[in-house]
Formats: sequence, structure tokens, C-alpha cells
Amino acid sequence: MIEAPSTLPAAGARLPRGETLRRGLAANPLLVAGGLMSALILVVALLAPLLAPFPADAGTATHPFLVLHPPSAQHWFGTDNVGRDIYSRVLYGARISPLIAVVVLVLACAIGVPLGVAAGYFGGWLDEAIMRVTDIFLAFPSLLLALALAEVLPPSLITLTIAIAVTWWPWYTRLIRGQAASVAGRPYIESCRALGIPRRRIIFRHILPNSITPLIVQVSLDVGGVILTASALSFLGLGAQEPTPDWGLMVSDGQNYFLTAWWVVTFPGIAILVTAFAFTLLGDGLRDLLDPKRIFLR
Amino acid sequence: MTVYVARRVALAVGVVAGVIVLTFVIAHVVPGDPAATWAGPHPTAAQVAAARRYLGLDRPAIVQLLSYFGGILSGNWGVSIHTHRPVLSDLAAAAPASLELVTVAMLIALVVAVPLGLISARWPGRVGDHTIRAGSILGVSMPIFWMALILQLFFSQRLHVLPAAGEYSPGLLFSHPLTRLTGFGLIDAPLTGNWPMFGSILTHLVLPAVVIAAYPAGLLTRMIRAQVLDTVGDAHVQMVRALGFPERAVFARFAMKLAWNPVAAAIALVFGYSLVNTFLVEAIFDWPGLGSYATTAIANLDRPAILGVTLFIALVYVVVNLVVDIIQAAIDPRIRLR
Repeated sequence: MIEAPSTLPAAGARLPRGETLRRGLAANPLLVAGGLMSALILVVALLAPLLAPFPADAGTATHPFLVLHPPSAQHWFGTDNVGRDIYSRVLYGARISPLIAVVVLVLACAIGVPLGVAAGYFGGWLDEAIMRVTDIFLAFPSLLLALALAEVLPPSLITLTIAIAVTWWPWYTRLIRGQAASVAGRPYIESCRALGIPRRRIIFRHILPNSITPLIVQVSLDVGGVILTASALSFLGLGAQEPTPDWGLMVSDGQNYFLTAWWVVTFPGIAILVTAFAFTLLGDGLRDLLDPKRIFLR
Repeated sequence: MTVYVARRVALAVGVVAGVIVLTFVIAHVVPGDPAATWAGPHPTAAQVAAARRYLGLDRPAIVQLLSYFGGILSGNWGVSIHTHRPVLSDLAAAAPASLELVTVAMLIALVVAVPLGLISARWPGRVGDHTIRAGSILGVSMPIFWMALILQLFFSQRLHVLPAAGEYSPGLLFSHPLTRLTGFGLIDAPLTGNWPMFGSILTHLVLPAVVIAAYPAGLLTRMIRAQVLDTVGDAHVQMVRALGFPERAVFARFAMKLAWNPVAAAIALVFGYSLVNTFLVEAIFDWPGLGSYATTAIANLDRPAILGVTLFIALVYVVVNLVVDIIQAAIDPRIRLR
């Protein structure tokens, strides 16, 4: 094959400041799109009280004379079965889903990462014990276990968050264990030990920082998955309860009227889709940027 | 190979035992009283007590766990509190419909994912590639319960081209009744020469199967693209190219061949995942499978049924993974050494 003449500057030549980043982003239009959409969703979440035309409708307000009105200039997304403005509720919903995702992922990392490091660094029977328990949790598709758990506990957003976190950590344990084990086997860790550097320092200064990149990638990819799982549980009635403006719950409520009032189901669903899509695009782009060799499976 | 298989089977058995304990522990802390549900509306205290004794709920937890364990092994999965029938026979009746649905969904996903993944990998970085990647991420990000409602609204309520719900048209119940041989409608109908029934089942299956296929299609497209891109630079693929094979064959025959192994593993994983997704879809389309059974069980606080369905899906998941592991090891000897 004949190489096409390269337009890139020769190796060693320094690119002007910001140019590397600009080129990286230009090659990754999906990353840029995902980043912009995610940022927009977070802005909407922050400014919901200012943006929503009827902020009270995100709560317990009811309007008996506005029940199930189709989309109009006044109510862009129509009104629901108690006359609340769906547009306002969808905007407020942006405060719930991403927050659940953050809490779930922080909890899952808090459980999964220490276990993974312990299994990977110490090996032996500890490794065996941790990984066999992890295997059992991984034998459940996460939605199934979250369902079983959420079904047991009284339905609320807190229950839902805990239920998803409990099913999510084993992925991180497995990921970090692999990383930690490969780092722990390298000669420089051996020499650290020989030098008498305390174990804690080895773990925090060498093992963890060297295992963290794939974790960041996986966590950013998982935001969309957590949002979908949470909305599915809410849809089944095992999460948010009335009058929380949760998108999954809104779709579930609209189900009863959707033959005559399509807008009640449609708009919250689009919000779930767009949010999961935005964060997954972002995570996918980050993976390409940070860790192009890995292939993730969920 | 024998050693590898033995080790994998032993691991799987351990995992299954753990799964049984875990489902039991989860279900044992249900705050509601299943005995009261079982006894029917407005039971007397004596009736509830009798129900509790009958269901074995008055014994210590550890005894219940052991008897549950023993029961599972001997095929006694308990009695559903809602249907009052053995859970295992309920599951056996519901499982074929779900397996049928998920299998058709996986076929749809493959038919979509293989060409798209190959096109994407053939011209990486082009507009088509970006579009396909965005599309595959859209599939993975789909709230499928919402997609189910929207498709149902559009195709059956607005366009009237596809049936809204059920397994087949109720009219056929009398004119062309379905003889159940295997439980899989799509197999039983042609076996008995019942073509009107076959067509009816197929049209009823399309919408739920497309909805279930959204996630696997997106995932597999991404995987195939990544795998093919990974292998297309390999020496032997370059060799094929140098031998003058057309570019199409280089991708579709040679690069894709190597991608099949990891893709098969992904299919196994996503099969189990899709079985759970039937929980969100079957009730909407009134498809008489595990998902509908599970949603009813959840609504009725039916502990044995919930335990049973959870356990059943976890078992399918473990077995499918085991089979794929063994097939992969048979194809690729390097895996046995890991």
C-alpha cells in the first residue's frame, strides 16, 4: 500500500496550543455531540425552576379544568391526567435521573473498587472468595436483581438507588481486579515492596492510579444504563411515587390514557431516550479518546 | 478439554447454589404477608394461620432455605400464591413464549447488526460510520417500555397494520385451534399444518420482538464494528487482500470470521439480558410469557412465583454462558489455558 502524503506535521514538531485537542474533537463528532447534549441536560436540571412555565406542576398542584389537554402554545407538551403541565414536569425530571445515576455510580464504586483492589493486589484465597461472590451477583442481569430487591423494599427513589447500586458494583470489582492484578505483578511494585514502602502507600500511590482509566471510561458509559434501569423500575411502580416528576413514572401513568392522549407517554419517554443517548455518546467518545483498545460488554 | 469443562461446570454449579441462596435471602424479607394473600380476601386469623402452616412459612428461615434448596433440586419449586399452581409448571408453560420472543428478537438484531457493523468498519470515520454508531447508541439507550407503547400506538392504533396485543387472533381459537406440542407456537403451528395460526402468531410477534431487539442490535453493531476493525489489519487478512480477494470478501468472509467468537459470547450475555427485558414488554403486548408472569407475580406479592422466575432466568443465564464458554474453548484451544 502506498502511504498518502500526510498533512500532519512531522513527529516532534509541536502543535500550536489547543490544536491537538481541536483535532481530537474534530475526529470525534459523536463525543462533541454527546458532551454538548449532556451539558445542556445538566443546565436544564439546574435551571428547571427558571425554565419551567409552571413550576408548581412539578409537585402536588392539580388543575381539574386542564385535564389531558393536547400540546398547545401554552402547554408545549400538553397536560396530564390531573391537568399538570408536562413540559414543566419533564424539565424537573432532569433533576432526578442524572442525580440517581451519580449516586448509584458513586455507591457502586465505593463497594466495587476496594473489593477489586483487594482481590487483585492480595490474590490467593481472598481473591477467590471475592470473585466467587462477584460471580454470583453477575449471574443476574442487573435489572432482575434490582427488581427483586426493589420489590422487597418499600418503593421510593432511595430504595431504587440502593437496589441498583447493589447490582452494579460487581462489574467494577471485576474490572479493577484485572487492572490491579496486572499492575501488582510488575517489577516496580516488587521493588517498592523490597524497599519497605508500606502496603497502603503502594496501593494508593501506584495500584489505584494505574487502574483508574478504564474505570472512568466504564463509569461514564454506565450513566445511560443506570438511567434506563431506574426508569424501568419506576415504570414498574418500584421506584419514584406520585407526585415526583420522574420520567419513568410519568410514562407509566400515561399508559392508562395513551390511546387518547399520546403526549402524556411520548414526551417523558423522549426525555429518557435523549438523556441516556447523550451520556452514552459521551462515554463512548471518552473511551475512544482514552482507551481505544478495550471492548465493553454489558 | 475434559478438565476445562469439569472446572467450568463446577464453577457454574457453585454460582447456581449462590443464586438460590441470594434469591431466597432477598425474598425472605418481603414485608407483606404472603399467607394473607394466599388465604384470599378478608381471611380470619385462623385461615391465615392455616395458610401459613400450609405454605411452610411458620418454620425458621434456615429450615425454609434448606427445604427450598431440596425442593428446587427435586423439581418442587413451590406453589404460586396467585395461581395456586406449582411454580415450575407455571414457568414451563410461560417459558416457551418468552424464549420464542427473545430468539426471534436476537435474529432480528443479528440481521441488522452484521451488515451495519461491517459497513461501519469498512469506511470508519465517514458519515455512514458516524450515523451507524449514533444509531447503535440510540438502540442501546432506548427505554424499551416506552418504545413498546409508541410502536403499539403507531402501528396498531393509528395505522391498523399490526395487531396490538395477544399471541394470536382470538378468532382462530375456534376455526384453527393451536395444538401444543413443544409449547413454541412458531414450531407447533407449522408442525400441525396450521398455517393461518402461524401467520397470526408471526404478526403478533413482530412488534414485541422488534422492541426487544433494539438493545441487542445496538450492542452487536458496536461489537462487530470494533472486532472487525481490530482484525482487518492482521497479517492474514492483509494476505487475503494481497491474494486479490475483493474487498467485500475480505470483510464479510475473513475479518468477520474472527469476530464471531467474541460476538457469540456477547449474544449469550445479551440473551439473558433480553429475557429480563420481557418483563417490560410482554405485559404491554399481552404476550403470555415469563415477563407477563413476573409482572403479575410482582403485583400480587407472589413470593414463590417471583423467586421461581428470578431463579429460572438466572439459571438460563448461567447455562447459556456455560455452553458458550465450552463451545469457544472447543473452537479456540488457547481459552482452555486461561
